[in-house]
Amino acid sequence: MSEPALIEIRNVFRNYIDTYDNKVEALSDVSLSVRKGEFVSIIGSSGCGKTTLLRLLAGLDVPNFGSLTIDGHEIKNPDPERGYVFQQGSLFPWLTVEKNIAAGLKARGVYKKQKADVAKYIDLIGLNGFEKSYPHQISGGMAQRVAIARALINRPTALLLDEPMGALDSFTRADLQDKLLELWKRDRTTMVLVTHDVDEAIYLSDRIVIMTPRPGKISEILEVKLPRPRDRADAEFNMLRSKILEKLHLASTKQVPEYQI
Amino acid sequence: MDIKLSTATGNMLSKEKERQHLAKNIVSDKKFLLRALFSITGLIAAIFVNHFFPQIADVKIKTYNVNLLGLFPVKLNITKAYSIVLITIILIYAGIGIYSWFDNDRRKKYINRAPFRFACGIALSVWDILGTKTLLLPQPFFPGPSRILEAPLMEGGYIFENILYSLRLFTAGFVSGVVLGIVTGVLIGWFPKVYYWVSPVLRITGVIPAVAWMPFALTLFPTPFLAAVFLIVICAWFPVAFLTAQGISGTQKVYYEVAKTLGARTPYLVFRVAIPNALPQIFTGISTANAFAFTTLVISEMMGQPGGLGYYINASRVWSAYYKVFAAIIIMAILFSLIMLAIGAIQNWMLRWQRGIVK
Repeated sequence: MSEPALIEIRNVFRNYIDTYDNKVEALSDVSLSVRKGEFVSIIGSSGCGKTTLLRLLAGLDVPNFGSLTIDGHEIKNPDPERGYVFQQGSLFPWLTVEKNIAAGLKARGVYKKQKADVAKYIDLIGLNGFEKSYPHQISGGMAQRVAIARALINRPTALLLDEPMGALDSFTRADLQDKLLELWKRDRTTMVLVTHDVDEAIYLSDRIVIMTPRPGKISEILEVKLPRPRDRADAEFNMLRSKILEKLHLASTKQVPEYQI
Repeated sequence: MDIKLSTATGNMLSKEKERQHLAKNIVSDKKFLLRALFSITGLIAAIFVNHFFPQIADVKIKTYNVNLLGLFPVKLNITKAYSIVLITIILIYAGIGIYSWFDNDRRKKYINRAPFRFACGIALSVWDILGTKTLLLPQPFFPGPSRILEAPLMEGGYIFENILYSLRLFTAGFVSGVVLGIVTGVLIGWFPKVYYWVSPVLRITGVIPAVAWMPFALTLFPTPFLAAVFLIVICAWFPVAFLTAQGISGTQKVYYEVAKTLGARTPYLVFRVAIPNALPQIFTGISTANAFAFTTLVISEMMGQPGGLGYYINASRVWSAYYKVFAAIIIMAILFSLIMLAIGAIQNWMLRWQRGIVK
């Protein structure tokens, strides 16, 4: 726990113009640091800028103001040192499971050297027998496992996950959460998870960052000190859940309707 | 208890229904054999007509010395040749029948085609009577089926040379047209600058039928062969370039982002993301180009080539040898179908990842 900070986010602002020409403050003065090997969840209602923050960390977007660093150097571009797991439907449909996982190796030009890793990661995510299947032939949960393996095969220092389990049913989701914890414990890869599922955040994280929308900012950071594996029916778990829900409700009192008819 | 009972009977009922349903779909041995016989009956009738129907009209049946494959010298007249062709077709049908015997789905397919095959045989018989036996069809425009075979008997080698010429011309033009089209399409789809400058040119020139450029092609290129290649290239180029560009620019942003976070650079994004993503459209472009290319090939051969099937048609027409025209048309039908089959097979293989997504 006394590890030094790996990711430093300092006073980050990000604005954009929406389709109705309104200026939207997606992120306003956001600062956060993530320690090496830590599991951090970012939670908040939709539109609070949590995905924007994750995209900035990935280097897929740049801030208007402020700085983001990892290991002391500034984040400017996407880099395989920061793996990214997208929401559903990000697997290349023209590649088999095996080749999707190998994509990172091929993209970095190290496929010949590290070919053996592919089989290892397939084994790790428990998809043996599905190597030659195409993405549309496997279930949503399997597809997200593949997406995680595809990011991890590059041995990233940090794994950024953007609601990877958002579209899964609750059984598959619980299953995948355990798989994710297993992988985290194995390599101690720093994880930053964006989610809107309170239980998921409590079950997985060391710290939970609660964000509020308009403008998107961090309202509170909670530490979860429950020992793992955590019991979702545990009294403390429930207390934490009501606490977070309360914060989220408080945070959304000022909320304007999201969809206008 | 009651409920359990009723579901049990329900189950049995549905199973019984399922069995009946399955039974309906199974083609029995007897049914298959009868239908198979039915499918070749038409052709057998055609052979009978050819042999036993009296030759009412006065038609010379010439005999030719043919050297099959350059190895087997035989004497053939057109009646014999016609019978050989009919028997060959019967043998092919029988072969497919034996192949289909072992699989119910193939059996179904086979018997489904039986009426059509029967009708083909009957049509050939009628055609034989009207075109050769009685000469009731206007001559020399509509020769009988056996008369058409006179063309390959008389000048098989010459026809073969023309087929090779057409194939050479088509391959050279079509392959370079498709390659050029994919390259232009990728450039247009990838670089906004190229899109700005090239896309309007493509849109305007693309709608012009390629053969309209024939006068220029014939003067600008040193040989008529190259001129025709040029025409086929531009007719294949447009649809392939257009659809490739569409496929490239329609690539979902998320795929590029995934690739970038995995460490991909531009070549990977182009060759392993954009192009695979555009492949379905590229193949749509290729099949359109294919149809255009056949048209352009035949027209340009008819209008100034020293060889090819189009040239053969034109040269035969001048001598009113319409049976040769028909022969060339039939050869074209077979040749072009084979080319389309080959392209379809390549497409199926390259887009195998789509199986199950798209019908």
